[in-house]
Amino acid sequence: MSERTLRGKVAIAGVGETTYYRHGQSPDAEFKLALQAVLAACNDAGIDPRDVDGFASYGGDRSEAVRLAAALGIKELRFSNMFWGGGGGGVCGAVANAAAAVHSGMADCVIAFRSLAQGQFARYGRGAAVAAAAGDDAFLAPYGLMSPAQRFAMKITRFMTDNGIRHEALRAIAMTSYHHAQANPNAVMRGRPLSAEKYDASRWIIEPFHRLFDCCQENDGAGAVLVVPADRAKDLPHKPVYLLGAAQGGHHRSAAPVHNAPDYASAHFKTVARNMWEMAKLGPKDCNVVQAYENFTGGVLLSLVEHGFVDPRTANEELVLDRLLAPGGAMPMNTSGGNLAECYMHGLEMVNEAVRQLRGTAINQVPGANVVAVLGGPMVTPVSSLVVGTEATL
Amino acid sequence: MSTTVLPATVLPAGLPAPAIEPLARPYWEGTRAGRLVIQKCRGCGRHQWGPEWICHRCHSFDLDWAEVAPRGRIWSWQRPHHPVHSALTGHTPYTIVLVELPHADNVRMVGNLICPPDAKVEIGAAVEAVFEPHDAADPPYTLVQWRLAG
Ligand SMILES: [Zn+2]
Repeated sequence: MSERTLRGKVAIAGVGETTYYRHGQSPDAEFKLALQAVLAACNDAGIDPRDVDGFASYGGDRSEAVRLAAALGIKELRFSNMFWGGGGGGVCGAVANAAAAVHSGMADCVIAFRSLAQGQFARYGRGAAVAAAAGDDAFLAPYGLMSPAQRFAMKITRFMTDNGIRHEALRAIAMTSYHHAQANPNAVMRGRPLSAEKYDASRWIIEPFHRLFDCCQENDGAGAVLVVPADRAKDLPHKPVYLLGAAQGGHHRSAAPVHNAPDYASAHFKTVARNMWEMAKLGPKDCNVVQAYENFTGGVLLSLVEHGFVDPRTANEELVLDRLLAPGGAMPMNTSGGNLAECYMHGLEMVNEAVRQLRGTAINQVPGANVVAVLGGPMVTPVSSLVVGTEATL
Repeated sequence: MSTTVLPATVLPAGLPAPAIEPLARPYWEGTRAGRLVIQKCRGCGRHQWGPEWICHRCHSFDLDWAEVAPRGRIWSWQRPHHPVHSALTGHTPYTIVLVELPHADNVRMVGNLICPPDAKVEIGAAVEAVFEPHDAADPPYTLVQWRLAG
């Protein structure tokens, strides 16, 4: 039997994104933002948007595949796909689903995308205004546990306490994103640098490890990538960016009700990371750059640990600003500003940045980058991650 | 076993009430009576929480409910400062604990820790349940809160 893998089988041929806005500031409706990002990705790839034959998304994206296909005059829709789960858990999963469709022959030219206008629709950071809380929430909301930050905070408390990891490690993660955003003209936080003093003086969202700057913002915008068979990518304008490995899911009962996951103090990547590296035939030491989704900086810590980028025993020494900055750091991370400071586009902006790093066109370019890992939204379930590389890695 | 009932609620009025759904009704009936009652499988005799339609261990649908001692130890905690609901404005910070019940197959429950807003919280500390009735609610319900065991 031939090896079952996506390694080297498909490529990202185009990336697109809209202008990124602070939440509620987009002059355009969410669906229009999605259309703009899709057209930009097609234009970047030199492909007629009418030839796109599939759409994959995640996080319950409201810009439905059939509606996009109709609006764009797509000739034939062959693949429409939604990754279960909220937030950015599915960002790499959506790209992988697009890749699986292309590799299997179900489709030829699939867009993976995310569109968000949190001004037009509800915000994430507040509990819903309901009289009675049902399901899991019946055992959480009456105790004032409602927001995403609160759903994850006790994982972070436990892990950091057990391993003696200091809040300064999280500060370095936040400052890295803000630092990289300062050179990025499309970053929402450009012109708003973050110093250690500003971080330390910021208000508590949740003790003991969530200050204001540990938490993602909410934004408006859209991002998209175009996935095609590897052979076809060679004839397109840009240097192909090959998918080397991808995985999604969660470990044993990671979604157990009312915070009862047996392995609770986790980002839920333990099995996913193993499967991704196995497909890629690579490990964390082979990566030149890592994009690690920040919903909360504590989640980045867990995610980096579970993918093998950071050893929890030495996390205080490893997670320092110098090591995380492009171009010269030992582990350049979130090089366009990430969710915290470029845009909270549920991580799609990180996939775009991974592609730019491998093309050699990133604003904070890491010289000679050949392998980039993208770690999707942590602590939700299911989660997903992927690793991409240049032709030299095949 | 002796139970304690709170004279006032830990958090201000106006937060969502729990929907008393059929799957979890024995739990809510238990708390009204000052008893901590959770799912226990008739197939394998083990506890599970939160309420589920099936035993995740043996796949029996024959799930019973059993009273467990209302005590445990703090497995993790958080202290929110940002009000995530309008009812909480002006009433933060408050403390949320994840409590493990070692005598009930290590199930975990979420509640508030009754403590001053700046109290030090220790993972592993022994806690006991305190029943917090909301008699004026329609329907009335009782929450389970926690305090350090004396
Ligand atoms: Zn059972």
